[in-house]
Amino acid sequence: MWILDRDLWSEIFATLGKNLFRTFLTMLGVIIAMIILVLLLGGANGMSNGFQKIFAGTASNSLFVWSQSTSEPYKGFERGRRIQFKLEDATILKEQIPEIEVLAPRIELGSHRGVVTVYRNGLTSGSAVYGDYPNIDEIMKKKLVEGRFLNENDMTESKKVCVIGEETYKLLFEKGEKAIGEDVRINGVFFNIVGIYKPNQNINIDGENSVYIPFSTFQKAFGSGDRMGWMAISVKSDAKVPVVESQIKRLLKNKYDINPIDERAIGSFDMSEVFNNVKAFTGVLQGVSFFVGILTLLAGVIAISNILLITVKERTKEIGIRRALGATPKVVKRQIVLESIVITVFAGFVGFAIAVGFLAIANNLIGDNSDMPFYNLMISIPQFLVSFILMVGLSVLIGLIPANRAIRIKPIDALREE
Amino acid sequence: MIQIKDLHKSYKMGKNSLHVLKGINFNVEEGELVAIMGSSGSGKSTLLNILGMLDSSDSGEYILDNVPIKDLNETKAARYRNKFLGFVFQSFNLINYKSAAENVALPLYYQKVPRKERQEKALKYLEQVGLKEWAGHLPSELSGGQKQRVAIARALAAEPKVLLADEPTGALDSKTSYEVMDLIQKINDAGNTILIVTHEPDIADMCKRIVHLKDGVIIEDKKIEQVRAEQYV
Ligand SMILES: Nc1ncnc2c1ncn2[C@@H]1O[C@H](COP(=O)(O)OP(=O)(O)OP(=O)(O)O)[C@@H](O)[C@H]1O
Ligand SMILES: [Mg+2]
Repeated sequence: MWILDRDLWSEIFATLGKNLFRTFLTMLGVIIAMIILVLLLGGANGMSNGFQKIFAGTASNSLFVWSQSTSEPYKGFERGRRIQFKLEDATILKEQIPEIEVLAPRIELGSHRGVVTVYRNGLTSGSAVYGDYPNIDEIMKKKLVEGRFLNENDMTESKKVCVIGEETYKLLFEKGEKAIGEDVRINGVFFNIVGIYKPNQNINIDGENSVYIPFSTFQKAFGSGDRMGWMAISVKSDAKVPVVESQIKRLLKNKYDINPIDERAIGSFDMSEVFNNVKAFTGVLQGVSFFVGILTLLAGVIAISNILLITVKERTKEIGIRRALGATPKVVKRQIVLESIVITVFAGFVGFAIAVGFLAIANNLIGDNSDMPFYNLMISIPQFLVSFILMVGLSVLIGLIPANRAIRIKPIDALREE
Repeated sequence: MIQIKDLHKSYKMGKNSLHVLKGINFNVEEGELVAIMGSSGSGKSTLLNILGMLDSSDSGEYILDNVPIKDLNETKAARYRNKFLGFVFQSFNLINYKSAAENVALPLYYQKVPRKERQEKALKYLEQVGLKEWAGHLPSELSGGQKQRVAIARALAAEPKVLLADEPTGALDSKTSYEVMDLIQKINDAGNTILIVTHEPDIADMCKRIVHLKDGVIIEDKKIEQVRAEQYV
């Protein structure tokens, strides 16, 4: 096997080593190209990871449904009628639409997106107050800093407990003060704090300053009866959110005598759409990075080919001598192509190492807590392999140009005395 | 060893064609030391290059060690050169970034001789030309005479049937020339067939036979009494 031929390699390294500076300059293009490729890919991957981190805990196949006012008259009703969901809707929907995985009804104190004053020891916070089912946690995971989230027991016993956001905590407590077990007062009712959550930095459907209490407790404490504000719904993995969304709307429109063409009466938000958009965006970004990177790499490899071409001209005499001493065209060709590969691969590894170093530094700087949608910038093993195989492939193809030039050198012409 | 019949060669230059070799006939026996002489442009190098398979003839026959040399492609020519021929050039043509020993070992590399054996042989031939201590030196650290001796060692290393030397002393002063000729005579004494192109009569006199070229034909071909170079060194 020629690939294991130590002499062949020492021939190649001797040739490359005889002009180290030029060899280095030759490599520069590929080194820089590799750095650009890896940084671009690493950045794109980091962005993809960053978004994934932001979305972590939010079910991607979920939607939110809430009620608004009608915009079309129907069955004798005027337009502008306010729709009010009832808790039974949740049961009906779950029964009739098997694609629904989790349905978490919610009710909000005050108007939608309104705030309520929460009191504690003379401190106040204007917070959103939600009555929730514990299974909301399956759709929008709360990152708890301390304590626990609402549970089934809280629901069945209608416990006067609450989970508060970090913002709320900051407004109601001194720094470092213990909050678990303390009471807050909402509309004259006291609630015992069982957990503090950290707002999920970027997806913020609930706002940063919120108080969660069990749905059943909410009903009793604030007399909301069987009213329901909105629903967080996740669908089974084999179902499509938009399909379920329209099923739900059709059912609800029918129940509340809403004109089927009324687009306003029931509001909804499809989370999967956001996910898909972000995925498509980061996917395109990765694709573009790869494309640009590979083109840069191609430019780098072409530069190597060019310099080898010049080297071949300079080495005309040497190649002529080798030919006179018995080197066949094949041997000469192989040597030049291997020189191209060796330079490219070595440069590729150097560039790769440098770029990975940069990425590691960037990761260190960005860390875990950052407002930037970047996290864990790194290139994947398949990306690495594809880049390297492409690079070696290119270096072979492009190394053939100087190699073919070299074998066109006739020993007689190369050796002619001047 | 060498049989040549009616060898013709012309160079085409645009519309004109320059007829350089106009029917060369001669034979060389094993162990001969032949000087090819003639004025500048008489076709000496052309003949030697054809014998060395670095160039091809237009017509005629060439048999080397009973092998008819024809229909050469580059690969075949390279193999034959490697197997049959050793070259010594006026300008030495050593590879400048390789040590003396590496230069000598190069033809063996193309013969796929194992590394260790190659190194041993290289040293052996360097010793034969008196340059064993210089094995690790680069050509730039050697004098002209030393370079030519390395080149001769390299030509010998592959143990060729015929050694072809185109003005091997052309770039050397007379004292160094005689040293090189002394070496060549000794190699010839050992039984090697050698052809030398030269236009220095004293060098030609150190051979055993002189072939005189003029205008592309042999005008004289005589055996002579060899002058030993030893006495001048
Ligand atoms: N490649 C070539 N193309 C065209 N003409 C050539 C070529 N090589 C040699 N010639 C011509 O052929 C003739 C013979 O050249 P050659 O080199 O054989 O002469 P020579 O006897 O070796 O001369 P010198 O003693 O000067 O080396 C010369 O006129 C030269 O100009
Ligand atoms: Mg000549």
